[in-house]
Order: sequence, then structure tokens, then C-alpha cells
Amino acid sequence: MLSYAAEVGKDEGFNPPDAGDFNLPPFIEGNEFATKPILLVFLSVILISIFFILASRKAALVPSKLQFAGESVYSFVRNDLGREVIGHEFMRFVPYLFTLFTFILVNNVFGIVPMLQFPTMSRISFPYVLAAFTFFIFHYVGIRKQGFLKYMKEIMFLPGIPKPAYILITPLELATYFLVRPLTLSLRLFANMFAGHLLLLVFILGGEHLLQGVIGLKLISPFAFAIGIALTFFEFMVQCLQAYIFTLLTALYIAGALADEH
Amino acid sequence: MKDKEEGKVRNMEGTLNLVGFGLAAIGPGIATGLIFAAYINGVARQPEARSVLQPIAFLGFALAEALALFGLVLAFVL
Repeated sequence: MLSYAAEVGKDEGFNPPDAGDFNLPPFIEGNEFATKPILLVFLSVILISIFFILASRKAALVPSKLQFAGESVYSFVRNDLGREVIGHEFMRFVPYLFTLFTFILVNNVFGIVPMLQFPTMSRISFPYVLAAFTFFIFHYVGIRKQGFLKYMKEIMFLPGIPKPAYILITPLELATYFLVRPLTLSLRLFANMFAGHLLLLVFILGGEHLLQGVIGLKLISPFAFAIGIALTFFEFMVQCLQAYIFTLLTALYIAGALADEH
Repeated sequence: MKDKEEGKVRNMEGTLNLVGFGLAAIGPGIATGLIFAAYINGVARQPEARSVLQPIAFLGFALAEALALFGLVLAFVL
């Protein structure tokens, strides 16, 4: 499978980018694990490890620039996401939140790094796995803290509601906790990265296609490229925001599971 | 569509899903606007409440935006 366009046999005209553009062929023929997203995941882990090992080595009271950069990322996650949201038990969860934040952030930003330019999270399997981690962690924390029956009771029966209303509320609450939360968590990240990459593809590929047209179209193509560049910066904002939101929601779910009363 | 000059039937290709997505994005668009309007209002009235309001605003934004993105996903899936 060379590319989606070749497979469907589209004609010479402009083929707008679609979901098929995300199916990158493997590097090694027949080895379906040797694909770009997998490579990017490994690269991100290596980059994050190197950065934070370098930043935390030779830690001094008066920090170097690198140490300062590493520490500001850490303190952002610890204070703004951990302490503010989870409360007094937050230190247990900071390693997970911090890993999640940096991992998603670096993998998202790969979408606009020249030569790489593919957000790993635009392949839905990666957000699924991350959301599954969060899903199991916040339920585990809740069950550990309150016991299985009490935890389920707290999910299913909100206090202060007339009894007959439980017929409606209980299924909704169950669906929220076990279906909607993990699904929205993963789909939000996936869809943002997917849509953003598609948007960039439309303008960059469109500009490139206009360049091959008549002279009038050639004159227009710089505008398409300019919008593509502007959207690249917009994408950077969205990528940081999504990493933040994923971690924030994880922290909120954990805080909800830890809370004694709703 | 009828082409009057040649009398041939021309086909329109494509999918209506994307029109549906456009319609589905109206609601979350308005919702996002309302959320940030409230956030800006709150910060303008009480600047020191910014750090309290920010996570709430982004949470609301994320929840509203998720609806639009489900529309996008379904536009491609269906």
C-alpha cells in the first residue's frame, strides 16, 4: 500500500487530504511495528529522559538555565495540576501526572517539528492507552480509599436527590464514570491532533498544488503557505493546551475518586 | 443537477457528513464563546481570582470542545 490516493485511484486534480493520509506505510516491508508513530514514541521517551537527566544532574541552589527550565515544568505540574486540584494527598500522583504531561506534550509538538511533523497522538491507539491508564488509576484509587461497595454506592447514588430520580440518574452516572470519561479523554486528544494535522495538510498541500497551476494560481499560493505557517503557531498553542487538559482532567478524576463526599 | 445546454445529468460527489459537522460545530462554538466570556468577565471584575478561574474555564472549554470533535470524528467514520 503506497498511499491512499494511489489505492483508490484518484485522478490528477487536487486530492484534498483525508483520513488515509494518516496511514503511513511501515519502513521495513511487512513489519507493521516499524512505523513512524512508533518511532516517534521511542524518540519522545529518549528526548524527555535526556532532557530531565541533564536538567537534574548537578542540581544547584542557584540553578543553571537548563535546571531552571526543567524545574519550571515540574513545578507547573506539581503546583498547578497536583496541589491545586488533588489537594493534600497530591504527592503520590505527581510522578504519573508529570510523565503524562511531558509525554503528551512532546508527542504533540512533534506535529510541528520540521522533518518529523507527525503528531503521534493522531493515531488513536496511543490516546486509548493513555486514557486506559487514567481510567484504571482513578478507579483503583477510589476503590482503595473507600472500598468497592462504598465507592460504587457513591458513584451510583448521589446524595440529596429524591428516590424516584435514581432511575434516571444512576444509569447516567454509571455511563459517565465507565464509558464517557475514558472515551472523551482519548477522543479529545486524538481529534484535536487529527484535526490540526489535517488543517496543516490542507493549506500546505493546497499551496503546493497551486504552485503547479497557471501564473495566477502561482501568485495565490504564497497566501496559502502564509496561512499554513500562521496555523502552525496556532497548532503549537493547541498542542500545549491539549497536554494540559489531559493532565488536568486526569487530576480532576483522581481528586473526585479521593473525595469522601460529592 | 440538470445542465441545460447539453442536457446531461451531472453528478455531485462528496459527503454530506461534513455539512452535518459544520452544523454540529455551531453549538460548541457558541458554548466556547460563552465560557471564555464568563472567564474574562470574572477576571476583569476580580483579577486575583484568575488562578482559581483558569482551570475551570479550560475544563469547560475542553468539555464543550469535545462535542465538536466528536462531530469531526463521526464525520470521518460514518
